Amino acid sequence: MTGREEAFLEYVQAGGQVETTDWMPDEYRSKLIKFIEMHGNSELMGVLPEREWIGRAPTLQRKLALTAKVQDEAGHAQLIYRVVEDLGKPRERCLDDLVSGKAKFHNVFHYPTRTWGDVGVIAWLVDAAAIISQKALLKCSYAPYARIMKKICWEESFHILHGRDVVLTMMLGTEGQRALVQEALDRWWAPLMTFHGNPIPKVDDPMYVWRIKSQGNEEARQQFLDGYVPQIWELGLTVPDPKLRRREDGVWEYAEPDWDELRHVVTGHGPKTEERLALRRLTREQTAWVRDIVLAEAA
Amino acid sequence: MVFEVFRQERKGQAFQHAGSLAAPDERFAEEYAREFYGRRGESQAVWVVPREAIHEIDDFADELERNYHRVDGYSLKEKLRAARERAGTSAS
Amino acid sequence: MSGRAQALLELADDELVLGWRDSEWTGIAPSLEEDVAFSSIAQNEIGHARALYELAARELGTTADELAFDRPPDDYRCSRFVELRLVPEWDQTIVRHYLYEVADGVRIEELRRSGDSEIAGLAAKIDREEVYHRIHAEMWIDRLRGSREAERADAAAERLYPLALGLLDEALRPVFVERVAAKTGWDFSGEATAPRGEHDDGWEPLWQEMTEVRRSEPGAKW
Repeated sequence: MTGREEAFLEYVQAGGQVETTDWMPDEYRSKLIKFIEMHGNSELMGVLPEREWIGRAPTLQRKLALTAKVQDEAGHAQLIYRVVEDLGKPRERCLDDLVSGKAKFHNVFHYPTRTWGDVGVIAWLVDAAAIISQKALLKCSYAPYARIMKKICWEESFHILHGRDVVLTMMLGTEGQRALVQEALDRWWAPLMTFHGNPIPKVDDPMYVWRIKSQGNEEARQQFLDGYVPQIWELGLTVPDPKLRRREDGVWEYAEPDWDELRHVVTGHGPKTEERLALRRLTREQTAWVRDIVLAEAA
Repeated sequence: MVFEVFRQERKGQAFQHAGSLAAPDERFAEEYAREFYGRRGESQAVWVVPREAIHEIDDFADELERNYHRVDGYSLKEKLRAARERAGTSAS
Repeated sequence: MSGRAQALLELADDELVLGWRDSEWTGIAPSLEEDVAFSSIAQNEIGHARALYELAARELGTTADELAFDRPPDDYRCSRFVELRLVPEWDQTIVRHYLYEVADGVRIEELRRSGDSEIAGLAAKIDREEVYHRIHAEMWIDRLRGSREAERADAAAERLYPLALGLLDEALRPVFVERVAAKTGWDFSGEATAPRGEHDDGWEPLWQEMTEVRRSEPGAKW
């Protein structure tokens, strides 16, 4: 590392903030783009499982709330890709890499949704897991990204409440509805446990070293368990992990997640990966004429 | 074209930079800004500005002592102590 | 059922189904910026439907959700125009959006003059939101028609205009014809329209999808 790069590293590790036009080491810039791009891709892909349920929402309020949630996610993708664009990678190139399978997105969005129970569990728990990471990103050394995280976190807060409301309503409902929630939770638990990534010590995680992330993976997962397992148990729901328990010292113990599955899924082999990328590819092609001709031309 | 959006959260507050968006012209930019930064009634008002209209200045020369027009250029403790003594008004 | 309730349901059903169709673009619109903007329009339409159903529900002794979801498909009074599934054709979507806003504008104006203060009041609120829908629709129509793809707009208008007429009572149609012609030059008023009560082939599958979860546990709260 050059002297200048070392000074930069010290600067960000001491809490220094970086703006778009500041000098930054090539490694920082490329790690940053990769990280932020993956976030944008995840918001864009997260839209697809959820929008399948917009048409099937069982009340007007749920229809509105779910549409608004998916709208927020599209909006988040916009905010995030704009940050990447200002770092030098145009949106269309990000989307090219996404649909070609070259770029990654978070594991949870590779899985199917099967019932309205999934809608509640995703909005409540998947969004909760995400917001823990997103709150930590408020301290990202790259200031333009930290700034958009404020708006993102603010909007996400309604998502979790909506999810919890959907779940609570079902848990107060028929046996059939209660079963839908438990069944969805049973399927989503494993992806939730690997969502924050494998427990690499944060000093070995380049994203932490450069203070792009301000929190280690295991720290995030513990925060999730601490915040949400009590909420799950108090409804009489069970978590499909007999080893899950909170120790005397406050640390949560759990069965070892399947890290191979995580790796397999995020490298493009999830149950729904190909189908969803194909849908993105298709809708992109179908509306290309709008972007290329109508939006691009001067009025 | 990239447009920058500034928003005012409540009347009387300063407009703060809120984000940017891509739009083909001002008409589209206004519609998009309205939805991105106001659909929840979270903004009192919003400014939409083409990015190229914004000029950033981020270097300022301050080489020679200029504390004469700043608060940190005025340390009065000693003079005040001496003046009180002379006037016989210092607290003993 | 009173004439008042019938008229409210007609309007509500149109807004509900159009909002449903428009929400099909959420997440896959031509640009992310447009995705957010168009989704707000879809949500507004559902919101209008909800308010209209609530007015009707008070009169009929039921709830907005029951009116929106629990009637048999043939009881719905939505027009064929709003039932059409237009995703992934953005040109058709925009032309329908424009034509709908003109037609809806005409009938909302009429309702604002209503002697029924509840209806007139709600119409005024709806109209205040629809101002922005009209701005958005016109913005897109202008841009589309000023581009190299302008003929897509004409082709869509030829198909959709006659159906749009079916939204309005005969007495209100001349205003619609005049307004659309003034802005776009389009006038397909000679063509036969689909009378209200005739549903599109896509209506029954849409109703099935719309009510699928709700029907899975009849009477349950969601």
